[in-house]
Amino acid sequence: MMGELAVDKHVKYIISVEKKKDSFESVVMEHLRMNGAYWGLTTLDLLGKLDAVDNGEIISWVMKCQDDSGGFAGNIGHDPHILYTLSAVQVLALFDKLDILDIDKVSNYIAGLQNEDGSFSGDMWGEVDTRFSYIAICCLSILKQLDKINVDKAVNYIVRCKNLDGGFGCTPGGESHAGQIFCCVGALAITGALHHVDKDLLGWWLCERQVKSGGLNGRPEKLPDVCYSWWVLSSLIMIDRVHWINKDKLVKFILDCQDMENGGISDRPDDAVDVFHTYFGVAGLSLLEYPGVKAIDPAYALPVDVVNKIIFGK
Amino acid sequence: MHGRPRKPTKPEDAAASAAKAQKLRALQNQFIHNHQNKIYTEEAVELSAKLLGINPESYTAWNYRKLAVEQKLSQSESDPDSLKSIFDEELRVVESALRQNFKSYGAWHHRKWVLSKGHSSIDHELRLLDKLQKADSRNFHAWNYRRFVATLMNRSEEDELKYTEDMICNNFSNYSAWHNRSVLLSNLLKRKVEGFLSKEKVLPDEYEFVHQAVFTDPDDQSGWFYHLWLLDQTVKLDSPQLVSSWPLPGSDLTLLGNRCLDGSASPFTRFYSDSGTFPLILYFNQAVEGVNLSTITVDSEVTSNKALVWKPLSTVNSQASQVWATQLNFSNVKTDSSKAYPVEVSLGHSQGIISSNGFRYGKPSRFTFRVCAQHVETKPAEELDRERILWRDEDFHLYDTHSQESSPIVLLDQLSINNDHESTDSEWRAAVIAKEIDHFRELLSLINCKIGKLTLARLLMAHDAMMWPSANKFSHSEVLELYNDLMKLDPTHVQYYKDHHSLVLLQQVTSSWKSLLGHCFYYRDLTSSLTGNPICLRLNNLSLSQVGSFDKLLWVQMLDLSHNELRSIEGLEALQLLSVLNLSNNKIGNFTALEPLKQLKSLKVLNISYNEIGAHSIDTTRYLCSSPLSHSIGSEWYLDKIVADDDVKSYWEAYFILKGLNLTQLDIVGNAIADEKFKLFLIKVIPVLKWLDGEQLH
Ligand SMILES: [Zn+2]
Repeated sequence: MMGELAVDKHVKYIISVEKKKDSFESVVMEHLRMNGAYWGLTTLDLLGKLDAVDNGEIISWVMKCQDDSGGFAGNIGHDPHILYTLSAVQVLALFDKLDILDIDKVSNYIAGLQNEDGSFSGDMWGEVDTRFSYIAICCLSILKQLDKINVDKAVNYIVRCKNLDGGFGCTPGGESHAGQIFCCVGALAITGALHHVDKDLLGWWLCERQVKSGGLNGRPEKLPDVCYSWWVLSSLIMIDRVHWINKDKLVKFILDCQDMENGGISDRPDDAVDVFHTYFGVAGLSLLEYPGVKAIDPAYALPVDVVNKIIFGK
Repeated sequence: MHGRPRKPTKPEDAAASAAKAQKLRALQNQFIHNHQNKIYTEEAVELSAKLLGINPESYTAWNYRKLAVEQKLSQSESDPDSLKSIFDEELRVVESALRQNFKSYGAWHHRKWVLSKGHSSIDHELRLLDKLQKADSRNFHAWNYRRFVATLMNRSEEDELKYTEDMICNNFSNYSAWHNRSVLLSNLLKRKVEGFLSKEKVLPDEYEFVHQAVFTDPDDQSGWFYHLWLLDQTVKLDSPQLVSSWPLPGSDLTLLGNRCLDGSASPFTRFYSDSGTFPLILYFNQAVEGVNLSTITVDSEVTSNKALVWKPLSTVNSQASQVWATQLNFSNVKTDSSKAYPVEVSLGHSQGIISSNGFRYGKPSRFTFRVCAQHVETKPAEELDRERILWRDEDFHLYDTHSQESSPIVLLDQLSINNDHESTDSEWRAAVIAKEIDHFRELLSLINCKIGKLTLARLLMAHDAMMWPSANKFSHSEVLELYNDLMKLDPTHVQYYKDHHSLVLLQQVTSSWKSLLGHCFYYRDLTSSLTGNPICLRLNNLSLSQVGSFDKLLWVQMLDLSHNELRSIEGLEALQLLSVLNLSNNKIGNFTALEPLKQLKSLKVLNISYNEIGAHSIDTTRYLCSSPLSHSIGSEWYLDKIVADDDVKSYWEAYFILKGLNLTQLDIVGNAIADEKFKLFLIKVIPVLKWLDGEQLH
């Protein structure tokens, strides 16, 4: 029997995770607490419960994670990295508090990570990945500072990572992976460059991610997982091919992954829940137009009302 | 975060977890202290290794180790042995971290960082990879690292290709290996390496190879995409070519100086224009760049080539497009003279026309058509505006031709025949496809499988496209049947098959003059004066979920697509002559899906009643239309005075699509968005509107 979305339980779970800092799992995740904050808070906003947290406390913690370079770390005391810089900006956007940022400083940090070939490094140590291209483009677009980078070169690099199955990899030649495809399609969407995507070819590859159980996997012949509900779905939406999957079956799969007792959503039914999968499950339901969940923007990964306010001023 | 079973935590487990957590926290705190204070003693560095052994994802610890190495290098002797030992220690730490977490980005990057310093043995890396890739043959970090190592040691692509072969033979279900094979093979083909000089020699062996995977287990997806890629390599001609145009080669265009009541000119080749201009449209087989005055010459005694501006008919801001158009100006021509003016279009200096893959337009080519202008008095303009297009069935009569007039389809055939440039090359391609068709028919005779049917459908369509227009029998019916079967066999993807079914159906409709005529209707009667061309192409009630075959429909000025299941009208922008369009009773979900209409400057009458506009919270074409969201409408939008208007912010999608159109008649009733407030907004945005939902304005 298909359950409903247990909104109150998930809200309680997210707030409890924030407070529970003494388990091994939470210590292992401490270095990416900024991502965790983004996942948890976006979920709360999508469920209409962002006011359940103390935003003043969160914002002051976020700002303590900023490094002199302008980038943000995953937590206080750790090194800055582009991964956490986007999450920090997204969290501030959720609270409509972008104005407390030194926009130039943050955007200069990001722009400084662009390489000669158009790609982006994650930090000063030079790991290159199309995930970082997406992050740079998304973040600079939110800050309205895209003109600080060479957008044409950034787009060209992403196009070089396009594969013969229509998908995209981390670097040129890298295998297609749904998470990577989201990053590349998202970056191309924000820069008005989706004409570089073969929508029918990629759409077929993406819709074939749906397996018998209704869940989506991230690559051929892999197990389904709730987090791909976001990556595959958002990509399919951006290229207008989401009708090629069966939405009802996917809704059921996500709902089946809920912990109906203690809240939270897991990767697969009956696995242990975490904030990451709770966010991707709820965001997936949002993309599936599940009643009572706010709409999320497939490219910026923020609620549509937040994005519209940034872009259209309303 | 993955694959941990959900179970209630027992008190003793919680205690153990807390103890472990406490230990890790102590380690982490000490590490952060060392890092912040730049302490690189042996003990401190060892502590970071310990931390990474437990938590390889602790990225700051990898950074710290790089700093420590740099510190050591600055202090130690530069003899090769001590350098090597410093870096070997790093490799050891990475190896043990990878044993803990094979997918740690930080660990893999640290290894690359070490190797790129050039003090370590590369051979060892290849051996390590062989071991790791045997343990997890799909790990994409390992494959990425393998490409990195292969490049670093200048290993040949042929050797790496052989490696993918071994991996695949070991297990057909290795998508990663098939992927890497496609990358290597396309590089080898592109570089024309010895043994990879021609596709003709290479592709048949690859087909044999991938059959082993697909035929062994048809449900395993590993070989599916490789096979589709091979098919694409077989079918696709590298160089761009012209597949269609308007006016068509050899046609006689009658340009009407006013809306014409005269039935003497063929309704298919006459065009009404009060400005004396008409579009010249070029339709290529793929998106091209570089269509301009220097690559295309238009010669006639009437118009000057120099004044022409070529525009790509692509949505959003792409400079490449499959369809290009320019406006030819014949306003100086004397009307009512029987003289026909020849126009020659030559793609002679066409080297500058380039596909997105960098291939140039093939042989120079040219075509001509003739234009004559007529002027006929009709009703005054204000009277015309009072007329309203109705879509009642009784207003349409099946068109029936008695004369031997030239039909657009027949002329299209000529265009293709003139274009058979690569005919010698196409023989082997057709043979390969024919052989594949036999193979897949055989597979289907043994087992009823989805990939068999889908591939057969694709092969048959590819074969038809190659044979067109010389073949006398096409496989449309068989392909439609295959898609019908697939909808039942794989209901999860029913819409995918439905979309393809729609496209094939339209190809069938447009494949012959006879079948197309079955959809051509007169609107009201010959004396109707609202449209210059009284022929309406009616493709209504066909269960279409997608539209296509636009290359054969460039002549259409009045189109009825109502009562289908359309969610999008992608590609419709090619129909530059379109002035009347009915999209009512479809599934259009948002104004952004109507982006192609922005390119249709002749559009006057639009019916989008009874769709789903405003009914969805998620907009699937939000990023396929030009808007500030995708930076394809720039800051000028913010400067626009009208933006201060709250309605424009609420209805920005409608605003962007409709503001540039000169619609005189719009039907929008039956959409969630269409309340009174929205209608008032429409009247403001489209000042020339005369009819809204059947009500006359003013
Ligand atoms: Zn997951």
